Amino acid sequence: MTRTIHLSLDINGRRHELDVEPRVTLLDALREHLSLTGTKKGCDQGQCGACTCHVDGKRVLSCLTLAAQVEGRQVTTIEGLAAESGDLHPVQAAFIENDAFQCGYCTPGQIMSAVACIREGHAGSDEEIREYMSGNLCRCGAYNSIVAAVREAAEIA
Amino acid sequence: MRDFSYLRATSADEARQAALQAGAALLAGGTTLLDLAKCGVVEPETVIDITHLSGLGGITVDESGATIGALARMGDVADHRDIRAAFPAVAESLSLAASAQLRNMATIGGNLLQRTRCPYFRDPGAFPACNKRNPGSGCSAIGGVTRNHAVLGTSDACIASNPGDLAVALVAFDAVVDLGTRKVAVDDFFLTPGDTPDRETVLQRGEMIVGIGIPASAAARHSTYLKVRDRQSYEFAAASAAVGIEFESDGRTVRDIRVALGGVATKPWRARAVEQALTGKILDAESVEKASRLAMEGAVSHGGNRYKIELAPRVVTRAILKMAQNIGVFA
Repeated sequence: MTRTIHLSLDINGRRHELDVEPRVTLLDALREHLSLTGTKKGCDQGQCGACTCHVDGKRVLSCLTLAAQVEGRQVTTIEGLAAESGDLHPVQAAFIENDAFQCGYCTPGQIMSAVACIREGHAGSDEEIREYMSGNLCRCGAYNSIVAAVREAAEIA
Repeated sequence: MRDFSYLRATSADEARQAALQAGAALLAGGTTLLDLAKCGVVEPETVIDITHLSGLGGITVDESGATIGALARMGDVADHRDIRAAFPAVAESLSLAASAQLRNMATIGGNLLQRTRCPYFRDPGAFPACNKRNPGSGCSAIGGVTRNHAVLGTSDACIASNPGDLAVALVAFDAVVDLGTRKVAVDDFFLTPGDTPDRETVLQRGEMIVGIGIPASAAARHSTYLKVRDRQSYEFAAASAAVGIEFESDGRTVRDIRVALGGVATKPWRARAVEQALTGKILDAESVEKASRLAMEGAVSHGGNRYKIELAPRVVTRAILKMAQNIGVFA
């Protein structure tokens, strides 16, 4: 017997109703149930940062968060970052400007993490950016460009 | 991950009552529980979400000490101005742990209950033998790859190291775990494996951490947490030390010194022999180095972790000398 629970989630300012098994993570709810595939599944074990989203404005790992836990919270994914007009968020623009990716798979997580990193005030130097972005791995090794993008976005923020 | 039923607790009493059931597990930040559920190490039948409880996330600091609610997030404690001022080692132990995302999720109560990173414990498919997971089944780590295993507090049944950073700072400064109905010193809260490595703390079924208390002290105010690891960030300790020092009014003689070790023991490890050797003494590099070696009394190597017996005293020495220099005791 499969037990499902009904959830009402606030994602990118829109309300979504879904019925899922209790074990469904926020990551799987986004990708498999709501077709919001911008958030990526890397390790699925909290080690790579590819699934980084914001819950109530704070960066968290959606692979280690149950969808049920975020009822009543505001979730923001990479799809919710750009303006309604389509204008990119300054961090998105800085990633393009600085060519801060190769394959691009870690990029949504990097960008969500970078937006929070700048907001937290932890992007004051390259060293600080590297420390506070250490939860986001890039297997292509685009770190130099990622740091440059975060620094540039932080300077104009 | 096996499915489970989900209960969102609306009060601490409801959570404790539900946790009495066999197969029930409390869920806070989820960074340990859901990780281990995905590994197949834990298979809860009921998950009790306590993250919506109010009143358990506060952080208060006054002249008597700090009180931190069990649901305070690691990141909030790490960045708390008064914690940073009165308990720098505590704040640093948190800043140097995990990643920014994990620190936003993981709670202080859950942090104390994080499980070992022993790769044999974490992989039941490949390694059925694990006395911690399955009492009496044996230990796959002994005779295996032991680079990250403990050298202190081990037994023939288990050599898994405690992975915590915060708990190391807490044990150094005599912090207390508040279980609501009783309070337990952090040093007594954690158990060495002995013959029952499946029992890691004194927490009983149906009990829940509601907070921690850290008494104020001059040693805690003048403290640091030094963590040495295989990569610069987002890594568990190869060896770490929480150190705090209070000097006599002459500014040179040690009145009170606290030393605790991480990354090398089966529980957060208070190094009282080092403290005793240096109390009442005037510090110099040679005496500190000699005293730091006492931290490894009783250490047992299993091959791959032999380096820790050399590394840990050096970490202790470096941390003590750094504190002494910061306070200006000697150049």
